[in-house]
Amino acid sequence: MSDIPADLKYSSDHEWVRMQDDGSAVIGITDHAQGALGDLVFIEAPEAGSIFASGDAFGVVESVKAASDVLCPFGGEVLEVNSALDDTPELVNTDPYGDGWLIRMQPGDAAELDGLMDAAAYEQFLEKEA
Amino acid sequence: MSDKLIFEHSRRGRRASAQAPLTPAVNDLPEKFLRRSPPLLPEVSELQTVRHYTRLSQKNFSIDTHFYPLGSCTMKYNPRACNQLAMLPGFLSRHPLGPESHGQGFMSCMYELQEMLKAVTGMKEVSLTPMAGAQGEFAGVAMIRAYHRSRNDKDRSEILVPDAAHGTNPATATMCGYSMREIPTGKNGDVDIEALKAVVGPQTAGIMLTNPSTVGVFDRGIQEMSRIVHSAGGLLYYDGANLNAILGKVAPGDMGFDVIHMNLHKTFSTPHGGGGPGSGAVGVGDRLKEFLPLPVVGKDGDRYRWLTEADFPKSIGRLSAFMGNAGVLLRAYVYMRLLGRDGMQRVSENAALGANYLMKKLQDAGFELAYPERRASHEFIVTLKKEKNELGVTAMDFAKCLLDHGYHAPTTYFPLLVPECLLIEPTESEAKEDLDGFVAAMIAIREQAKADPEIVKGAPYTMPVRRLDDVRAARHLDLRWQPGAQN
Repeated sequence: MSDIPADLKYSSDHEWVRMQDDGSAVIGITDHAQGALGDLVFIEAPEAGSIFASGDAFGVVESVKAASDVLCPFGGEVLEVNSALDDTPELVNTDPYGDGWLIRMQPGDAAELDGLMDAAAYEQFLEKEA
Repeated sequence: MSDKLIFEHSRRGRRASAQAPLTPAVNDLPEKFLRRSPPLLPEVSELQTVRHYTRLSQKNFSIDTHFYPLGSCTMKYNPRACNQLAMLPGFLSRHPLGPESHGQGFMSCMYELQEMLKAVTGMKEVSLTPMAGAQGEFAGVAMIRAYHRSRNDKDRSEILVPDAAHGTNPATATMCGYSMREIPTGKNGDVDIEALKAVVGPQTAGIMLTNPSTVGVFDRGIQEMSRIVHSAGGLLYYDGANLNAILGKVAPGDMGFDVIHMNLHKTFSTPHGGGGPGSGAVGVGDRLKEFLPLPVVGKDGDRYRWLTEADFPKSIGRLSAFMGNAGVLLRAYVYMRLLGRDGMQRVSENAALGANYLMKKLQDAGFELAYPERRASHEFIVTLKKEKNELGVTAMDFAKCLLDHGYHAPTTYFPLLVPECLLIEPTESEAKEDLDGFVAAMIAIREQAKADPEIVKGAPYTMPVRRLDDVRAARHLDLRWQPGAQN
């Protein structure tokens, strides 16, 4: 069973969202997603300052098996990108909820985050998908 | 294992007489263009060269040595006759800049090849010039773009691509300046028509379809899709990756496609191990004729001539210096002439028969099919989800283990929408006993995995190299040899 921390929000595209005290939100891919992709070899991240709408592809995670778009769970501006992943994309495999985070965004409309799942709902979602 | 690179055999001053440089015949090159230092080439004896490349060739795992059911790649036998005839001295010695009057024989072959491809695909005009499948795709979508622009229809910005389409399609759309929108596949393997209806509109430039698709089934909704996309003003692009399945049976032109690329190196059996050279000829319907890439061979009376920009002022241009990969085109020409119309039908019949036989045998042996209710076109998908969950061995473990059993692995982990998948395409070339042998190997691997999964996970054991670290290879690219970097 994959790890699903209780304090995060989840999208149906297997991204997780962690709200920060300043209103910004950190985004990564879930343990389930990294497991399904396998060992990551390359991560294409956006530039800080980029603006995305909800559902836009903001980057690409590439493993030896597949390359997949990573979609914005909400619209907003990219504040910060995890540059450690340039040289060590494997952090997403080893620590998807910690050092393997992808980007930090400022949500344009906080209400968009209400549509995300909590941990229990995401766990159910995974069971249904399997 | 670890053979040296040819460069590592190099010793200063060593020579192979066959390759020794001649006294330069040209001596009036301006001084400033002459190089100051010799090029970095290996200095080896003739015997060392022969041994080096002979040894390498003995490591080939190829269609000439093994069953090679690499799905979506159509690794069929390349008849020796095609090679022999394409190597006739008149073809080999012909200079591409020679006058038309000296190349009538070659040009007649190219003209007839164009005509045969038109007949078998139902298209109205063909250009042979694209150098490979990717360039053929590029040419096809570039023509769609040129068509919309010529009609001053400039707001079409999107190409639709089903998620079961060939993997290069999204890249092609992007290279031609379009954004790509994905259409999902329904549970039965056909494109989800309702999803298509929901996204088609005035922004739709076209749709790129592979039919049969990469899930190995013929899309039964093709006429409906053609109607939907055409009525929105978009065009239909046919990716010829899987043309082998329908050769001589169904013509893409009759399905409503406006443009098609063909992989002559797949369907028409020219060699394509090791990445080429390929040939990505394109065919078009009436709407796109004037945009074809050049040159095309035309015929005036009984004389053949190159059709150029004077004949096709709206052409998307030239994609290669001359006539594409001429030697590859000749091999495809001979292949088609040897087969004839009836032979081409036997190709697709036997390809479908082989695929369905193999599919049924694997299903009977307890392997799970991705689309069990569908008949295979010329390839099919087995999903090893159950084996992964119950035995802990993956599709990749099976693939590596098959090598030890003397079978090239099928395509693994593609298409992406089926987990732990093997995409298996036996082609028409294989005998029944080879197909049976493959099934026996799959069963043996599963039995081995039940007894001791670690043995399967450690495969291959009999190859020149053991399990390669593909993750490390991708993370730490090391592609260029430099003097002194090794030893």
